[in-house]
Amino acid sequence: MPALLRTAALLLLVSVGAYGQVAAPAEGAATVTSVAAPRDSVLEARTSAVASQLRCPVCQGLSIQDSPSDLAQSMRAVVRDQLASGKSPDEVNAYFVSKYGEWILLAPRPRGFNLIAYLLPVIVVLCGGIGIFVAVRRWTRGAPE
Amino acid sequence: MNWRRSAIAAAFAVPIVGLFVFGLRHDPKDIPSPLPGTVAPPFALAVFAPGQPPLGRPVGDTIRLADLKGQVVVLNFWASWCLSCRDEHATLSAIARTYVGKPVHFVGSLYQDRTDAGTEWIAQMGGQSYPSVQDPKTRTAIDYGLYGVPETFIVNRDGRIARKITGPVEASVVTHIVDSLLAVPASTATSGVK
Repeated sequence: MPALLRTAALLLLVSVGAYGQVAAPAEGAATVTSVAAPRDSVLEARTSAVASQLRCPVCQGLSIQDSPSDLAQSMRAVVRDQLASGKSPDEVNAYFVSKYGEWILLAPRPRGFNLIAYLLPVIVVLCGGIGIFVAVRRWTRGAPE
Repeated sequence: MNWRRSAIAAAFAVPIVGLFVFGLRHDPKDIPSPLPGTVAPPFALAVFAPGQPPLGRPVGDTIRLADLKGQVVVLNFWASWCLSCRDEHATLSAIARTYVGKPVHFVGSLYQDRTDAGTEWIAQMGGQSYPSVQDPKTRTAIDYGLYGVPETFIVNRDGRIARKITGPVEASVVTHIVDSLLAVPASTATSGVK
């Protein structure tokens, strides 16, 4: 029995030691990745946010974030590099607008002729609402009590 | 009361018809480039296909736009997988030869393609009179607002983009633009071509 206990104790010590040796680098590695990962993930999130606003030139209505095309991937890399170099999202957008025109923006800027895209739905809804209001009022007036 | 209904219907119909007419008169694929008239984005790209004498440049040589100031530069983006590039290849190669000895520089830029595929394609096409460069990560193509290939940019002697040609080029168009730009001295070169 004592021999068995000694063996069990030895195995326990060895396993604890082994765990300690393995666990230490693992924790170290985890620490390294936990420091590096947030930086990358923040940059990736910013890249995704900007890339989602830019139209893929070789696709139909897709952003460069959603497109799997080679050109879209290259453009995403440009977005990432420019953000990493300290440019703001507006500056990155301005770069692409200077190369491709405002067409590259999935949502047109609300100015000039573009205002039609923003104002027309509101005008249509308002006119429709007024039309429905007038029609319902006429029907209710004409209805017998 | 009919006139009132007609007026209301017209008030709705006229703007909608106007928008349709506006839309039908514009080709949705014809997207105007903001680049003509602006300073051509600088590039420094390595030659992978040397071209032929006297227009050739050694493989590995770097072609810099900054070094070509005072010359008209014809920058053609192409790829071996591009069918339309086959249509214009012989034309561009022949036009380049007609400007030997004049301040005109033709450069091909490989777009999203492997250089070995590009070299093989040039050999299959019977050679290319002017050199072609590689564009790592497509950065220069994006700087030039490229949608696809072939696209050709003609830069005036002051380093401004005079014209962008989408699709296969026609010899008469390129010659007319280049001749117009050559007729203007470098210091007073205009950005556009009439």
